[in-house]
Amino acid sequence: MKKKNLAALLMAGAMSFSLLAGCSSGGGEASTPPASQPGAQASQPAGNDGNGGEAVTIKVGGIGPTTGNNAQYGTATQWGAEIAVDEINAKNGPIKLELQYEDDTGVADTAVAAYNSLKDWAKDAPLVIYGCTTTQPCVAVASETFADRYFQLTPSASSPDVTNGKDNVFQMCFTDPGQGNAAAEYLKSAGLGTKIGVIYNNGDPYSTGIAEAFIAKAKEVGLEVVATSTYPEDTTTDYTVQLNACKDAGADLVFLPIYYTPASLILAQAKQMDYAPIFFGGDGMDGMLDMKGFDKSLAEGLLLMTPFNAAGTDERTKTFVETYQAAHEILPNQFAADGYDCMYAIYEACCQIDGIADMDSAQLCDALSALFTGGQFSVDGLTGSGMKWLTTGEVSKAPVVVKVEGGVYVTQ
Amino acid sequence: MKKINKNSLNGFINYGIVIAAFAVIQALLGMGRLSNSLQSLLVPACCYIVMAVSLNLTVGILGELSLGHGGFMSLGAFSGIAASILLQNAIPLAPARLAVSMAVGALAGALGGVIVGVPVLRLQGDYLAIVTLAFGQIIKNIIMVLYVGVDERGIHIAASSERFDLAPGGTAIIKGPMGAVGVTKLATFTAGFILILITLAVVQNLVNSRAGRAIMALRDNRIAAESVGINTTKYKLMAFVTSAALAGAAGALFGLNYSSTGASKFDFNTSILVLVFVVLGGLGSIRGSIIAAALLYVLPEMLRGLGLNDFRMLIYAIVLILVMLATNNDQLKALLGRVIPKRKGAVTSG
Repeated sequence: MKKKNLAALLMAGAMSFSLLAGCSSGGGEASTPPASQPGAQASQPAGNDGNGGEAVTIKVGGIGPTTGNNAQYGTATQWGAEIAVDEINAKNGPIKLELQYEDDTGVADTAVAAYNSLKDWAKDAPLVIYGCTTTQPCVAVASETFADRYFQLTPSASSPDVTNGKDNVFQMCFTDPGQGNAAAEYLKSAGLGTKIGVIYNNGDPYSTGIAEAFIAKAKEVGLEVVATSTYPEDTTTDYTVQLNACKDAGADLVFLPIYYTPASLILAQAKQMDYAPIFFGGDGMDGMLDMKGFDKSLAEGLLLMTPFNAAGTDERTKTFVETYQAAHEILPNQFAADGYDCMYAIYEACCQIDGIADMDSAQLCDALSALFTGGQFSVDGLTGSGMKWLTTGEVSKAPVVVKVEGGVYVTQ
Repeated sequence: MKKINKNSLNGFINYGIVIAAFAVIQALLGMGRLSNSLQSLLVPACCYIVMAVSLNLTVGILGELSLGHGGFMSLGAFSGIAASILLQNAIPLAPARLAVSMAVGALAGALGGVIVGVPVLRLQGDYLAIVTLAFGQIIKNIIMVLYVGVDERGIHIAASSERFDLAPGGTAIIKGPMGAVGVTKLATFTAGFILILITLAVVQNLVNSRAGRAIMALRDNRIAAESVGINTTKYKLMAFVTSAALAGAAGALFGLNYSSTGASKFDFNTSILVLVFVVLGGLGSIRGSIIAAALLYVLPEMLRGLGLNDFRMLIYAIVLILVMLATNNDQLKALLGRVIPKRKGAVTSG
């Protein structure tokens, strides 16, 4: 018996060492995509770069959940950004980007630790923070970058608290209240839904933020909200109580400002109980059609507001979708597209800054912030063209409402 | 010369370890040799050490399983944050405000401990585990819908955002699922160090006192202890509430180390994480809790720096399993016993 235990211990030890050996090579490859290799080799403190002909490398530190409950959103923002960085570095332009992505597991204190390890990674080279993916960690990191003077651009942290009072933090996504207001105004103008039910996650700032703004705006424009029901976390699996509340109140439209994983269960359970209102969702709903094992017919007729359509026909979207699918075997969602746009926003802004070669992180932060709020700077991306930023850090771009028809998005 | 009691000697060694670690880290900080990432881990590591030592009082020394230690931390964190914001003008000196906030956090934790402990500690068996588990969830869910703010009319508390009418210019302290946002960071490593010393003083003196012996007697044999006239509920409550108060103080320090803290941080996983520190450090061993909490909290972040980013969670889990297997392996213990002759091979308490 004792010998068996010792043997088990040795085996476990051997296994973990083989794992360590395996990932020292494998992990290295995964974190540096081949195309960014030249950029990585050319990396040097920008201050030493005397001759104007050589490219300046800007270090981009990404933060988001790649493990845990929110991993699918974090990996999407990581992969989207990686594609953009590869494209940018392949251009051989005046600026090269070097991306390092750290896992924050969707938790604020881990995100701050991740941010600090990115500071160690960059050392004295100019660093720009890209992230975080989720709201709560982003608020914690934003106040750190504000104090330390690093420029920060988040792909998807949408609460106004992220940018509130900080001149160095900018968003690529709509803010939560902005999206709630836009949803209510759209329903009013499209004449959809006489009685509206709302189901949201009251443990999530994103979901609560949209729902509260939507309900307030609905009252203002004269929409009737007949039922409001909540659930505490996205790992909930049974939504029949919430659906029944909407059904009993006679709601013919249900607004779901939630992420696609719980929303897919809501659609399936509504079908089982023969409840067929119009479902209307926010940008967190994008990605549902590409979930493994999801019956696309459930989403037929679903309306959602999203800045990105993977079935888009323009050249840039097509290339992005193809590259993304080739690398990761799934369709990119708006998180990935926002990530892609963030890299281009950083790149194009850096190209417009004079004397960037001699700047440190704080100077770069001030220069970028001034440019973003200057009113002249705009970026074309996958999630909008001519995107500009307000002095509050909010992006201004038009929300697009799409309807799922035959398993693809049709712009309304 | 009076001979020093073995238990007190053990306690002095614990103080010595903590003070030595503090001195080494301060020296490294002074020389600028500590990376940013390690610096950012100092305060939370102190919090988790206090959490582990205080939970050890309940689990290791009292012998009752508590699965809701994160709930007490949450109570401490949010009451501490609220106190620090409310007292902003009354106590301008940051360290003093931090101390008061931590005291408020400890009081809130103790209050929670009394509320849970009074009815439940009268029961026998695994009830405490179940109730503390539920308690942690209840605290999390309450804070998620709680809106607290202050303006010139006074303090506002509401259970939904519609009823939360803060005058313009007022400060929102807790905003439902967003948690506390815009907190002025007051926590310092020195404060964490002092909190560990206070925790050690409280726990070690309690364990070595008459009350402590009564508590351990209850753990070892409740019936025998009752038969010699030990008041079961009183001593159980004493250990449990002390543990909850210390967790509240640690929570306040933790909350004041970040500019935003959400209720979802202090969920079941956090309670289990602290329990893992206690179990791997050795039930009843204060020193084990300190070392396990410090190492296991810092480990996942250290793995980032080694280029093992993709596998760090996996490696963390494997390390936990290996430690568990190693500490329970008789042959390894015998081997250790041969290397260190005085070691008897069993985990000694203290």
